[in-house]
Amino acid sequence: METINYQNFRIEAENICVDYNGKVALYDANLRLKPGQICGLVGMNGAGKTTFFNALTGFVNISKGKIRINGESVRSAQKDQAIAYVPQNEGIDSQFPISVWDVVMMGRYGSMNIFRCPRESDVQAVKDAIKRVDLTDHISTPIGNLSGGQRKRTFLARAIAQRASILLLDEPFSGVDIRTEKLISELFIQFKNEGKTILLSTHDMIHVREFCDLVLLINKTVVAYGETSEVFTPENITTTFGGISPDSLFGPES
Amino acid sequence: MELCSFLTLDSFIKDPLTHDFMRKALLMSSLVAAVCGFLSSYLTLKGWALMGDAVSHSVMPGVVVAYALGLPFSLGAFIFGVGSVALIGFIKQKSRVKEDTVIGLVFTGFFALGIVLVSKIKSNIDLHSILFGSPLGISLSDVKQTIFISLLVVILLSIFRKDLMLYCFDPRHAKTVGINVFFLHYLLLTCLSLAAVVGLQSVGIILVVAMLITPGATAYLLTDKFDNMTVISVLSAIISSLIGIYVSFWFDLETGGSIVLAQTFIFLFAFLFAPRYGIFKLKKLFVGYK
Repeated sequence: METINYQNFRIEAENICVDYNGKVALYDANLRLKPGQICGLVGMNGAGKTTFFNALTGFVNISKGKIRINGESVRSAQKDQAIAYVPQNEGIDSQFPISVWDVVMMGRYGSMNIFRCPRESDVQAVKDAIKRVDLTDHISTPIGNLSGGQRKRTFLARAIAQRASILLLDEPFSGVDIRTEKLISELFIQFKNEGKTILLSTHDMIHVREFCDLVLLINKTVVAYGETSEVFTPENITTTFGGISPDSLFGPES
Repeated sequence: MELCSFLTLDSFIKDPLTHDFMRKALLMSSLVAAVCGFLSSYLTLKGWALMGDAVSHSVMPGVVVAYALGLPFSLGAFIFGVGSVALIGFIKQKSRVKEDTVIGLVFTGFFALGIVLVSKIKSNIDLHSILFGSPLGISLSDVKQTIFISLLVVILLSIFRKDLMLYCFDPRHAKTVGINVFFLHYLLLTCLSLAAVVGLQSVGIILVVAMLITPGATAYLLTDKFDNMTVISVLSAIISSLIGIYVSFWFDLETGGSIVLAQTFIFLFAFLFAPRYGIFKLKKLFVGYK
């Protein structure tokens, strides 16, 4: 296991812009994250959260700016299996004819040979990952027969099996049961202690306060970024959500 | 005379095999069906049914031009097949017209161009065999070409089987772990064009899309495992081809139509009686309601 230098940046995004055929989705966005940091990504629908993720994974090209992952280009980060993406439940075809095992094994594809034949180490990594998300009893269950929470855990297991140092999670807590929510939050603490870097998008204010060291508020560009305690203020949230007060968005804060 | 001879199942199956053209048709159609069936799993899961329709119709002018220039018709078909997809992508990107409209617009345009070309170019192109297929009248050079293309597609699909599955399921993850998604996209398109080319010999341009989607749809209703889906898809495609050709032989029916109808009936059977996803859930009939 390589030693982690906690002073080096895992993610460095400098003034990045993304546009789709001339339509700007994200502009002048900056983000810097170190190992062991958990950052919440908060914004309205269409504020560019998914675009931000897509830029970091290299799924869309940035039109301006610079992204360094572990000090390298996005391309080498892909080759190094540095980033894992955990999609929203809505973002995947739950009727696709594959099992939990198959999905988690996909986390290993990037480090296999061209025929994607699993080696002993791949099989072990998949087994371990499935155990960590408590799905061992469902190892050969088709994903269509899983609950929303179980499906979320399957994709989390895929990210674990990939052994990525950076986890990007799109709405990890939406549509999951209490048990899954508890398990995911426990895993977050473990990931943090392992020195992984986590960027998660969420609509839930409580989750931001509970897990996130840092918060990135965006609305096409960065509205505010910093320590959650300093930045996650009602004023900033109101600006992020286009003038709507946080009370009407999330209900009165306790 | 015919009625007497197919009183026994034995002669129903064996008699057509005494004809050289029937043996060739059965073999070639099975091969073509296997290729299309293999690809079919991917197309149905990727949601490319309409794309399959577009590509298969768009190859028409390519086939005509190739015939006129004395080139292998697969080459012309391939160029126009991939070209149509590129054009669809281009128009979609540069205009506000919705994708399904663009697809419909482009492939009918290409198809119309093909029909016009056939009427203009003086040659011995048999419009009927292009439109409706002619598995019984397949020539030797066509046989060689079909075998070559079929093997090529099967090898490509076999090598990239798992990557293509991942690409259909979660392209974003594929990209994130450094897999070349751009390559896989065009690989699938290439295989689609090639399969359309060989498929059109069996059932013709108009119906070839059925070869590319029906077996996959049938298999999708019967299993929850990707590998099983591929096997079922290939088998159902081959069986449909054999049934179609036999039935067309004995009852003197259009062969291409018979093959596709056989596929449709197998799909309907799965739709009604598939153990888990059928309307009547065959399992329940045997096991009883819980």
